[in-house]
Amino acid sequence: MIRATARWFASSVVLLFAVTVLTFLLSALAPGDAAKAMLSGQTTAYSPEQYHQLRHNLGLDQPLPVQYWHWLYRLLHGSLGTDLFSGQPITQAINSRLGASLSIIVGTVLVSAVVGLGIGIFSAVRGGLAGKLVNGLSLLGLAAPNFWLALVLVAWLAVQHQVFPATGYVPFGDDPVQWLRSLALPVITLSVGGSAFIARQTRDAMAEVLGRDFIVALRAHGLPLRSIVFKHALRNAAIPIVTLLGLMFVSLLGGTVLIEGIFAIPGLGQQAVTASSTHNLPMIEGVAFYFTVVVIVVNLLVDLSYRWLNPTVRPI
Amino acid sequence: MTAVAVTGMPLRRPATRRRAFWRYPAACVAALYLATLVIAAAAAGVVAPHDAGEQDLSHVLAGPSGTHWLGTDRLGRDVFSRLVFGARVTLLDVAVATAVFLAIGVPLGLAAGYRGHWLDRIVVRFADLLLAVPGIVVLLMVVAVFPGNDIATMVALGVIGCPTLLRIVRGSTLATRDQLYVKAARLSGLGTPAILRRHVLPRIAGPIIVQTSLFCATALLAESGLSFLGLTRPETRGPSWGNMVGEASNVMSQDSWLLVPTGGALVLTVIAFGLIGDAARDATMGRAVSAAPLLGHRPRRRVPDPEPTPAALSLCGLTVTIGGATVVRDVSFEIAPGETVGIVGESGCGKTITAKAVLGLLPAGGEVAAGSIVFDGKDLTAIREKDLSRVRGAGIALISQNPTGSLDPTFTVGSQLREVIRRHRSQPRRKADAEAERLLRLVRLPDPAGVLGRRPGELSGGMAQRVCIAMALAAEPGVLIADEPTTALDVTVQAEILTLLRDLQRRLGMAVLLITHDWGVLADVCDRALVMYAGEVIETATVDELCAAPRHPYTAALLAANPHRAPAGRALPSIGGSVPRPGDWPTGCHFQPRCALAEFACAERPIPLTTTTRGHLSRCIRAEDVHT
Repeated sequence: MIRATARWFASSVVLLFAVTVLTFLLSALAPGDAAKAMLSGQTTAYSPEQYHQLRHNLGLDQPLPVQYWHWLYRLLHGSLGTDLFSGQPITQAINSRLGASLSIIVGTVLVSAVVGLGIGIFSAVRGGLAGKLVNGLSLLGLAAPNFWLALVLVAWLAVQHQVFPATGYVPFGDDPVQWLRSLALPVITLSVGGSAFIARQTRDAMAEVLGRDFIVALRAHGLPLRSIVFKHALRNAAIPIVTLLGLMFVSLLGGTVLIEGIFAIPGLGQQAVTASSTHNLPMIEGVAFYFTVVVIVVNLLVDLSYRWLNPTVRPI
Repeated sequence: MTAVAVTGMPLRRPATRRRAFWRYPAACVAALYLATLVIAAAAAGVVAPHDAGEQDLSHVLAGPSGTHWLGTDRLGRDVFSRLVFGARVTLLDVAVATAVFLAIGVPLGLAAGYRGHWLDRIVVRFADLLLAVPGIVVLLMVVAVFPGNDIATMVALGVIGCPTLLRIVRGSTLATRDQLYVKAARLSGLGTPAILRRHVLPRIAGPIIVQTSLFCATALLAESGLSFLGLTRPETRGPSWGNMVGEASNVMSQDSWLLVPTGGALVLTVIAFGLIGDAARDATMGRAVSAAPLLGHRPRRRVPDPEPTPAALSLCGLTVTIGGATVVRDVSFEIAPGETVGIVGESGCGKTITAKAVLGLLPAGGEVAAGSIVFDGKDLTAIREKDLSRVRGAGIALISQNPTGSLDPTFTVGSQLREVIRRHRSQPRRKADAEAERLLRLVRLPDPAGVLGRRPGELSGGMAQRVCIAMALAAEPGVLIADEPTTALDVTVQAEILTLLRDLQRRLGMAVLLITHDWGVLADVCDRALVMYAGEVIETATVDELCAAPRHPYTAALLAANPHRAPAGRALPSIGGSVPRPGDWPTGCHFQPRCALAEFACAERPIPLTTTTRGHLSRCIRAEDVHT
């Protein structure tokens, strides 16, 4: 147990290090820098002296490894630095936007899990035509590009019928009902593909488990279908499904970039896009750092759930 | 190639069982669509009726018409033509990403899987790292470094996507590397590149095609997403499918038609990739096993109420079909309370199907076509699934030939046993626990309390079978069906389990139906036996009489092939040929093609089961001529 924990900790640190170094290198390669971006944001023209002065103030004239070292040093003291443009601490800036992104991601994972499991189990248990129908529908769900689907849903449910607001985000603390309404369209958009994904995996895994000997044996002992399907078959089929839910969570971190843009939701994805176009390095590093931490936490939860679902699987 | 090995493993690469691609009509249509798309895009200048930038400001936002098949956009440009030109950009981008994906994934995966050792470890670590890196962060950085450059972005996408392919190629290669035909090729001096090309690649082509088609779909969605945002292909540099959706979104409030053709092209193309991937998976990896649908409709049969019978279980004229083919025909027998009846025969004779039909647990496509199964005054073939599930376990219980596989691997023995107990008798948890322990003691498991806390994976075969017997006995059934209960066990354990079954049967007074192919087991436990061949009962008598004076050539041949009875030092006689498969049954006697006594009349018409002596029936017209 201690060894496993130590190994997990070590690999997490290595991953964080690798991602932040990679981000640093990539942003250094980008033509232009933050100083230029800041100065060109001003209305007045700027002189080369001003530019060099600013570069110096921002520490951009130092060698790259030194810059990274400074960033790392600050991190070890609990700070991700400050936003180059607003001067706001990065942690504060990100935390204020984390809620919107996480609301969408968690909502999507929940909806996809419920809908996908339901459809997948139904099609595995029913078989035949129902199975084929689910297969076709899920392919359609997977194929619809989510940015396009978002537009179609806005045109239909926000413009034509005005059931949900087309854009914007209301924090939960302000008004829980409006919060739910503002999440509806982005979550539905992302859940279409997500549910299809989970449904397919569930159907395949359940069909495989339902063909095993112990299902026949448990039925022969007289156990009701309810218990066979939801207790025994589902638990045995759960590992690939949980794996997929974890992967979905991680890929949604990226998936929200487009969706946040379309629905004008102030989330992390938006932040990442703006920061990368203005060379706001502390912000880029901060977002990458947060993303990676979420990836690590999700992977840990998935691994822990393996041990609970099927104790015969080797520990992490 | 020199043949060196003497084992049964194939020296030549086994021909993979693949269904031809054209057997998948949906995938063929998809492939045709993609081919048309590629050709149209390549010859856009010829195919497109208008130029991509050609404006017609008198016809803006027009719907579909003869001159503009898919309508026009806000500058009066022809949507169809722009889609064809846009396909150029979009498909080229997807091709670039896929090329990178393949160029990294396949060689690295092959090398890691085939060479192994340190190379394998490094490559796997690399793949793990790439998998963990948030792809979108890298992609955004690349977009920032090379603004608007779609090719650079696609290269990055290929790199980000390759770890899944890499891992799958590595895994498949690893599995192929130690196959005998690959080793033989290595011994014969074939160079590594040739081995990989000739022997390994063809075997792993299936998974590669599946992953590639999935990646194409992903790349298409990602490419159009970035281009929609204007990050890779701004609209000013000509149409792409992504920026056309972007264009459509700008005029959405005036006219939402434009969303249809632009999004439709994307959806269709992604579906095409998906269909090809599905077909490739089915064709090369075999279809997913189709389990019997649990809720599949169970045909309600209308039958008259069965006549009262003193038998514990009574089968009359049972005929079972699977997918339309008859697998069990006209099986009739009765088991009296407390009696033990055996069914004996080679594999594939319908013994297990008969047992499963009794419990209503036939595999996919199976149904009772005729006959009745009477238990406790009810015809089990005609009652509802819900009522049948009340009979299972409580009235008729089953133990099977695969004890370890008959227990849910994820729950403890105690939890499963308790669930079965509480299904039949609602009692508090504590009482069920005590009952579970009593049952385990009944089947003579040492340390019952300890076994309750273990999972099936921690039990030996013999212990698992005892647990299965305990579960089967939980509701004190009137009939116990034991389907080859000792086949999978060691010889010493076999004897113990048989003794246990015999003792339990005497103590509890159950009727037992024992299915076996072992005459020793039969003689040990059973009073009477049925011999089955190719779906039919061909002889039935007391076990003593069957062994001493069989009245069917098949029974005689089966007895002669019994290792317990064969004279030592001589080759064991065997029956030439094999059991015909359902659907290939000959007219007349099913055994006649393999029978030494067969004569013309045997093949003419079905042979009825007739009484030879009292209580002894045989399905043979030359019963009198059979000698052991």
